[in-house]
Amino acid sequence: MITLHYYLIFSAILFSIGLAGIFINRKNLIVLLMCVELILLAVNTNFIAFSRFLDNPSGQIFVFFILTVAAAESAIGLAILVVLFRKLRSINVETLDTLKG
Amino acid sequence: MLAQTVAVMCVGASFILSAYLLYEYVAANLSPLNFPLYTWGETGGVHFEIGILLDRLSLFMITMVSFVSWMVHIYTIGYMKEDPGYQRFFSYILFFTFGMLLLVMSNNFLQLFVGWELVGLMSYLLIGFWFTRESAIQASLKAFIINRIGDFGFLIGIAAVLYYFNSLDYLFVFERAETLAKSPDSFSILGSGVSAITFICLCLFMGAVGKSAQMPLHVWLPDSMEGPTPISALIHAATMVTAGVFMVARLSPLFEYSDTALTVVLVIGTLTAFLTGWLGLVESDIKRIIAYSTLSQLGYMMAAMGVSAYGIGIYHLMTHAFFKALLFLGAGSCILALHHEQNIWKMGNLKSSMPITYWTMLIGCLALIGFPFFSGFYSKDLILMAVSASYLPFSSTAHVLLVLGVLITSLYTFRLFFVVFHAKPKLEVAHNTHPHEAPSVMWVPLVLLAIPSCCIGAFFLMPLFEGFFDDSFRILPYHDARLALKLKFGEWWEAPLDAFKSLPVWLGILGIFSTWVCYLKFPHIPERLHKNAGVLYTILKEKYGFDKLYQGIIMPGFRHLADFCWRVTDQTIIDDMGVNGTANRVNNLSSILRSLQTGYLYHYAFTMILGAMVLVIWLLLR
Repeated sequence: MITLHYYLIFSAILFSIGLAGIFINRKNLIVLLMCVELILLAVNTNFIAFSRFLDNPSGQIFVFFILTVAAAESAIGLAILVVLFRKLRSINVETLDTLKG
Repeated sequence: MLAQTVAVMCVGASFILSAYLLYEYVAANLSPLNFPLYTWGETGGVHFEIGILLDRLSLFMITMVSFVSWMVHIYTIGYMKEDPGYQRFFSYILFFTFGMLLLVMSNNFLQLFVGWELVGLMSYLLIGFWFTRESAIQASLKAFIINRIGDFGFLIGIAAVLYYFNSLDYLFVFERAETLAKSPDSFSILGSGVSAITFICLCLFMGAVGKSAQMPLHVWLPDSMEGPTPISALIHAATMVTAGVFMVARLSPLFEYSDTALTVVLVIGTLTAFLTGWLGLVESDIKRIIAYSTLSQLGYMMAAMGVSAYGIGIYHLMTHAFFKALLFLGAGSCILALHHEQNIWKMGNLKSSMPITYWTMLIGCLALIGFPFFSGFYSKDLILMAVSASYLPFSSTAHVLLVLGVLITSLYTFRLFFVVFHAKPKLEVAHNTHPHEAPSVMWVPLVLLAIPSCCIGAFFLMPLFEGFFDDSFRILPYHDARLALKLKFGEWWEAPLDAFKSLPVWLGILGIFSTWVCYLKFPHIPERLHKNAGVLYTILKEKYGFDKLYQGIIMPGFRHLADFCWRVTDQTIIDDMGVNGTANRVNNLSSILRSLQTGYLYHYAFTMILGAMVLVIWLLLR
């Protein structure tokens, strides 16, 4: 039987991979955006799993919201990326250090 | 025109009112009147007020002060006529008179101090009246600063009075002085205990040492002759310098209970009286000779205070005020007649050209040396007798020194007199000086001052013995020699005749004779003495080295101390280490913390997640 635990563990692993990706990534800004999407996806999976095993459709409805937000957010993120590239001519994360104190 | 009219009228009115008050008070035999006028402030249960205490001492003093001041004001009309600062001078001497009257009439220590400082300030302004002169500026600063040194002690004394009595009112303090003297309160200074009342009296006396130019703070008075002659007469002969003597007299209830303080007063007074007289023998400036004479006579007054002869000291203060002011104003008249010439060796043969000045100065000189029947005789002789009758430790030595001082007084006084009025000038006299007598505005005050110099001694003798000042001074029985003196001295006509049997008068006459011989008969004698005296002459010329000590050792010492305070304490410790140092430490700390701000987003995100994890784990484990 595939119990709830499997889905939760799966979702946790997806989350951690996304998180690790944000930290480890030094070269590619697009990878950063993809990792953010992964995190959101992991949370989605978590909601679906709970919705299925607790027989409550609320979880699935909430996933709609999350998906909408994710979409909007990645649109904006990519737009910022394009404008940033025009300025810096590079998508290296290490060049973004103007906040350095 | 306006300045002099208002000034002379005001001071004249002040004199007439004071005399009237004195007369009424004595005639009605009133007891001391205390008038608290105005509450200045109140803090911690202590009441600071402006008030007036009228008793025989203060009334006597205000009459004398206003009279001498009036004479000086009238004299100034003539003396300062061509000076551009004419009005300023009048405003200064008027304000000075105000300060002196405030000082004398006060009924509490604070007002005394206010008056004290006011007269000190006016003295500074007046000595430096011709402020374009370098020497005048230095002299005025010297006077003020040395006065300040005395005031330091005075303030500590006043603070001690406040501490022990919790009030600054005279009558309040005087009532409780005896209880303080009997209590075991004491200070421990340098290991040995000093009783509270001795401490208070010594500190207050330090103020008198500064103000009344006693040794070692006497060095400002000769230099103060840089000021115009009228103020030398007013301030540095009759009024301001006597403020210290007045203060000791006024505070007699405090001083009586401390034999130590009285002995100190006696010692310092005697040393001043004796040593400063010698300095007058080597001076060439007419005003400085009279200044040293003032120093010496102030010493006599202080010595009288020391042996608890307060009434006699104030008596000498009065007679001295008259004849010294007379001498100064007469000297001013000579100076002006010779177009501001102050060197006695350039004056001479003035007897025929300035008769009024001549005769009044003669009266002044005879009064000064204490020639019988003149006023100075009575007061000085009484002081000598009082000192010899005293039981204080130093009194026998003091008596000897003071008697010798009579000889020296006579020597320098008649040296001055003969050289200025009789002898031919030794040095080059400026051409075109045909001295003539002073205008009447100037010789009338001289005459008006000469009259008391002759007569007031005899006139006041009986009242003094009848206990004129009884309500103002407190004298403990074992200090009190008044009865013995009265019996010994006799009536006003007996005493001078009796005096010819005693030493001081003959010393005075010896002095007159010696100077006549040295300066008129055989003028080469002083030069021979000068050549052979050598070391003694140098010591006297250097004024016992006091000026050298102060300017060579003490002042540079203080300057180095101040320098040290500035460079080390102020600049290094406070500025560099304190203020700038704190700023630098903050800078260093922040540059270390700055390395946390890498600017990389992923570092920030990592830190956030780390923080969240720690929080969750902590919550789970709780």
